[in-house]
Amino acid sequence: MSDKLIFEHSRRGRRASAQAPLTPAVNDLPEKFLRRSPPLLPEVSELQTVRHYTRLSQKNFSIDTHFYPLGSCTMKYNPRACNQLAMLPGFLSRHPLGPESHGQGFMSCMYELQEMLKAVTGMKEVSLTPMAGAQGEFAGVAMIRAYHRSRNDKDRSEILVPDAAHGTNPATATMCGYSMREIPTGKNGDVDIEALKAVVGPQTAGIMLTNPSTVGVFDRGIQEMSRIVHSAGGLLYYDGANLNAILGKVAPGDMGFDVIHMNLHKTFSTPHGGGGPGSGAVGVGDRLKEFLPLPVVGKDGDRYRWLTEADFPKSIGRLSAFMGNAGVLLRAYVYMRLLGRDGMQRVSENAALGANYLMKKLQDAGFELAYPERRASHEFIVTLKKEKNELGVTAMDFAKCLLDHGYHAPTTYFPLLVPECLLIEPTESEAKEDLDGFVAAMIAIREQAKADPEIVKGAPYTMPVRRLDDVRAARHLDLRWQPGAQN
Amino acid sequence: MPFIPHTDDDVGKMLAEIGAESVEDLFDEIPGELRIKSLDRVPEAVSEMEIARLMQDRSRMDAGALNFIGAGAYEHHVPAAVWEIATRGEFYTAYTPYQAEASQGTLQLIYEYQTMMTGLTGMEVSNASLYDGASALAEACLMAVRANRASKSRRILVAGALHPMYRQVAEVICAAQEIEFIDLPFCPEGGHSASQALDEYSGEDLTAVIVQQPNFFGVLEEVDAISDWARAQKALTIAVVNPTSLALLTPPGEWGAHGADIVCGEGQPLGIPLSSGGPYFGFLTTRLALVRQMPGRLVGRTVDLDGKRGFTLTLQAREQHIRRSKATSNICTNQGLMVTAATIYMSLLGAEGLARVAATAHRRTGELCAALCDLPGVERVFNRPFFHEVVVRLDRPIAPLLDMLAEQGVFGGLDLTASHPQLGNALLLCATETKSEADIVRYRDLLAEIIGQERAA
Repeated sequence: MSDKLIFEHSRRGRRASAQAPLTPAVNDLPEKFLRRSPPLLPEVSELQTVRHYTRLSQKNFSIDTHFYPLGSCTMKYNPRACNQLAMLPGFLSRHPLGPESHGQGFMSCMYELQEMLKAVTGMKEVSLTPMAGAQGEFAGVAMIRAYHRSRNDKDRSEILVPDAAHGTNPATATMCGYSMREIPTGKNGDVDIEALKAVVGPQTAGIMLTNPSTVGVFDRGIQEMSRIVHSAGGLLYYDGANLNAILGKVAPGDMGFDVIHMNLHKTFSTPHGGGGPGSGAVGVGDRLKEFLPLPVVGKDGDRYRWLTEADFPKSIGRLSAFMGNAGVLLRAYVYMRLLGRDGMQRVSENAALGANYLMKKLQDAGFELAYPERRASHEFIVTLKKEKNELGVTAMDFAKCLLDHGYHAPTTYFPLLVPECLLIEPTESEAKEDLDGFVAAMIAIREQAKADPEIVKGAPYTMPVRRLDDVRAARHLDLRWQPGAQN
Repeated sequence: MPFIPHTDDDVGKMLAEIGAESVEDLFDEIPGELRIKSLDRVPEAVSEMEIARLMQDRSRMDAGALNFIGAGAYEHHVPAAVWEIATRGEFYTAYTPYQAEASQGTLQLIYEYQTMMTGLTGMEVSNASLYDGASALAEACLMAVRANRASKSRRILVAGALHPMYRQVAEVICAAQEIEFIDLPFCPEGGHSASQALDEYSGEDLTAVIVQQPNFFGVLEEVDAISDWARAQKALTIAVVNPTSLALLTPPGEWGAHGADIVCGEGQPLGIPLSSGGPYFGFLTTRLALVRQMPGRLVGRTVDLDGKRGFTLTLQAREQHIRRSKATSNICTNQGLMVTAATIYMSLLGAEGLARVAATAHRRTGELCAALCDLPGVERVFNRPFFHEVVVRLDRPIAPLLDMLAEQGVFGGLDLTASHPQLGNALLLCATETKSEADIVRYRDLLAEIIGQERAA
């Protein structure tokens, strides 16, 4: 397989000439505005481009090609219909500032998506504009800030975050001007309620929680946490990263959350695209309705219209130039319609079934669970500290070895509080025989480690590259190709 | 059951292995009173055939307009190969490339993308993308505050006519960081930043100066003078640019004597369909010296155990999953698939193809402007050179005209009456290479007819 960069296929004067306009270009701009030399872009044929990027794609693991049990990422099947229907020409060609009269088709989908998301989350209003989970978090915490300010309650300076939280939670708190205080997780996986009580106070603006939590269990203390934080005047933020585990079973609004974000690229199966685009739609309860980010789609009679600052004068404002990742929202809409009312529950039921089955099989095979007395949510944690101590192989070694067995690695070393952890999320769309195959691979890797740990530590062997030198990458920064560069 | 593989037999065996009686048992740790009683507000499932019919009907409702709106989202021809390749499952359904060995396709592609964006902008490093142009500007402002340690003021000057939505998004995202944005007026004749407005701030402590090239009105700014002035104030220059235009225009890295410091913008023109505003992608490039203040992911080249070239995410200590509350940004998921499409687009176009797209769009906009200004009561507002957008003023309110044009299937531009009332009945126009001479004639004739009817009435 070719290992060249696209620039290394380049030859001066070569063109994919079907792609440039044939109209003679007239350029009457004054000389002083013009660039003096052309930008460094490759000069390649259309076939070379197609072949190069097709071959590059083949160097990736993906859901379409491999079991991808990446904990907290919900790598489930992305139905092709969602992509095809979101890419219909009428949707693709619509300008974001086109008149409402020529956007009723798109806007009707958005309105119905808002309604469906309200129904499954138990929230009162939804805004679809945040472009990823982290931007949804930003919107949510900014709304919490706006709420306290609107009540002239300006001394609240702290956001509480469990120690197992995603890194985006503390980073978001900082961006929103709050300091962050960590709450420890108890031995049973639930947040330590006594520790929470000790730090909640008049300085508490809110708490950011994921439930089921990032350690793979449903936090049974959620109602008590809600009472504690609310009675101190703080608000509850729900990080929707794990909504897949309770979809159709429990609504965050009923757990007492004031604001949530939903990762549509997880629970509602829009593709991850090698790192996005995602979508972090937010839902709010009564307290925060008036602060929603804009625009929102409203309905007057049978006409849909954009709700703007005139409708929400206290809105936190806009987070994107237009209305967020519209095409992602269309995909989520199609997915929800395909699932329907009953399908929502089947998602969480089968996600839980797959996770609990895989957890039990791995436990039976002698792998240690981080929380063996608990039900798995849609994911669970295996800790390989015994393997590390006895065999000298780490969670990272298992992860790399799994690649050679044809499985994408689970999430490694997250959450940070469990040593040598693998966070494993099989999702509802993987068949039993694929789960069994994964267990067999884990056993085979452990056997290999017993026989010769060096072989495991040297993995992977069958990927396009072997283990990469990350230290060199950071110390000798090479972030772009330059003509004349070595190899 | 859509997308769930288990047979009844599978379910039975899996429950037996777990030691549970039923699937319901798996939820027994959840307090009963929290369980959802009814999902009546969610419709019943439909088949793929049924939803396909519905979506086709709805997409047809929105289809078919002849579009002359730009204002931050530009209609360009997208080569067929771009999305054929970008939606291959191996790109489309992969995760963020944390497991580098199993993600070399995405990682190498991002490295190539970074190379192309540094080339276009004339800078030394590019990140792997942000959400969109507006949020990229917000991140650029936060980055400038971190990077300009000589400045204590957290004051950022906004030169001339910045896209109003970019301005608002920057304000919203920076709201809790005590950054003061100062808007400078634009020149009423030229539509560009008035140099006297900058001079009022000479000698003051400024963190950065934002300048958009071409600006919101399509007008070309005196970017050399502005970036030199910013440098003299020890302020960083934040350039907001259109990537298509950079095939023709001076790259920000070559502005003035020293170049811009942070460059950002909307990547949508590079092969991304209009699609109601997203998903697009924001780009951000800078000098190597500022790389550690940069938000977002970066891909670096390195070697594997055998010394073979490979690619990996690098400088991750800037990012939220490592640095948590001290990260340069909270961004995690970015716009990877859009970058995939843009990289394929730039490969297919090359420098010459992109320059032809840019020059043709410039020419078409000039033709459109001339055609409309031939009509009575229509005049060009600014006298400065423009790229592929131009502002015209009419002798009557814009909104009813646009409605009548839309009824005939023409989106006649963006009404600036509300956002820029000082310009009167002003309309922002854009024609890209996708507009033919016949399209321009159609627009002119329709507008002539509407104006004529109104005069007669």
